[in-house]
Amino acid sequence: MKVKERANVLSQKKLADGVFSMVLETKASESAVPGQFINIFSNDGSKLLPRPISICEIDKAAGTLRVVYRVVGAGTTEFSGLSEGDTVEVLGPLGNGFPFEGKTAIVVGGGIGVPPMLELTKQFPGPVTAVMGYRNDDLFLADEFIDASNELIVATDDGSVGVHGTVVDAMKENDLTADVIYACGPKPMLRGVAEYAKDKGITCYVSMEERMACGVGACLGCVCQSTDVDDHSHVNNKRVCKDGPVFLSTEVVL
Amino acid sequence: MNTKVTIAGVEFQNPIMEASGTFGSGMEYSEFVDLNKLGAVVTKGVANVPWPGNPTPRIAEVRSGMLNAIGLQNPGVDVFCERDLKFLEQFKDTRVLVNVCGHSAEEYIEVVDRLASESRVDMLEINISCPNVKEGGIAFGQDPKAVEEITRLVKKHAKQPIVMKLSPNVTDIKVMAKAAEAGGADAISLINTLTGMKIDVERQSFVLANKTGGMSGPAVHPIAVRMVYECSNAVSIPIIGMGGISTWEDAVEMMLAGATAVSVGTANFYNPTATTDILQGVVEYMERKNIEDINDIIGIVR
Repeated sequence: MKVKERANVLSQKKLADGVFSMVLETKASESAVPGQFINIFSNDGSKLLPRPISICEIDKAAGTLRVVYRVVGAGTTEFSGLSEGDTVEVLGPLGNGFPFEGKTAIVVGGGIGVPPMLELTKQFPGPVTAVMGYRNDDLFLADEFIDASNELIVATDDGSVGVHGTVVDAMKENDLTADVIYACGPKPMLRGVAEYAKDKGITCYVSMEERMACGVGACLGCVCQSTDVDDHSHVNNKRVCKDGPVFLSTEVVL
Repeated sequence: MNTKVTIAGVEFQNPIMEASGTFGSGMEYSEFVDLNKLGAVVTKGVANVPWPGNPTPRIAEVRSGMLNAIGLQNPGVDVFCERDLKFLEQFKDTRVLVNVCGHSAEEYIEVVDRLASESRVDMLEINISCPNVKEGGIAFGQDPKAVEEITRLVKKHAKQPIVMKLSPNVTDIKVMAKAAEAGGADAISLINTLTGMKIDVERQSFVLANKTGGMSGPAVHPIAVRMVYECSNAVSIPIIGMGGISTWEDAVEMMLAGATAVSVGTANFYNPTATTDILQGVVEYMERKNIEDINDIIGIVR
């Protein structure tokens, strides 16, 4: 049986403006794989719904998960105020991770889509080119991508560092190619990455985001549109929490 | 100690069910709770054909509650029978209530007829109160004549007892309860969600793609208790009470107000074991209060 459990907060650190890194001691670390997420619950009973947050790093030996998240509302504001010694309820790991395919990979992250790509970059069995997009020179996690990947290419919206533009601009500029592309970020970015992959004939996996309630596939709150009729829903809908959040770029409407 | 309750001749091992739409057909939550421990599994609404539901976002959180505008996405009754009912076969101790939805009387009837031969179906819950679909659903639930007519029509076709699920989005829910009873309903269930709205002040736009959504969660519980109380005074058929039940106290309160059984909905989302936790709490309450039979507390607060 799966259980919701109370996890220990081991550390909390501000990485950039509004972006925090929290390490949790949790049994969810035991089976977690890159690309999965955990539901974190507010300690305030009036905020009912869990916040789905992607897993940034997994340390099975230490029994910990690291989440890197952006403060976007009351729930994440509360989480950012937690520190060592505090506890918080978590449920997970949830969803399906990135399947490993091929020998070489391009790993693409944009904004708060950057964090889930770190554990993937670390675990992917072959050479990885990481392409990370940021708003400005607040390059959170960039040092860690330099260590984990063969090459880190940075794109910034304001041009302060790296390629001036999007991650897709950066991929085009460097004419990147590999056996597989993995991407997480805002929908327009995913659309651009999927088009790039299609043009190059590269298999592409994207991690989707949607407002969720249950997180386990029951409520049908977080569906995304699928290109074909889905085997479970029997309509053109897939559940981001249960069938995803990782999908082949060709099976969802971006 | 007896926790068994009976509704329209169907015996439930205990009065704790989960509320339609929050639990799928039990598959997902069977990883968290033993479905055999529940009084009943109440399925997500099922229609004659697959329904795609509403655009996203479908979910918004509000203080001590939430809004949903799923729009009754479902795979259609054929897939439901082949897959979901087959899955539920293995849980012999729990009863199965199938929630039925439709855009028109004909669509409800088509589903009811299709389910008539399914032995795993113990009861039908007829959804005439979904606030998130334009046709059918709540359109039937806000006019007493329509409630009575659809109840009578469904009752004529149904091979299982029928429970009419009522909307709280009416001036006087007692009128709807009486209409359902007059139409031949075996029981009523209430409340469905309350129509609400949330606006994102930064984006200055609606949070839900559907603009409005059904509000549920602990914030609506006192409204549900009041409505169950009113209906139990107005009709003699049994009531399945729901609306914001998240603790055993909420469940007991609902039964004291007049519900024969209760459904746990939104609470599943933040406590996947809410149903069995509540059941345990109710049993402990009975022990502490020396209540021999759960039926002795139904509707005793008057």
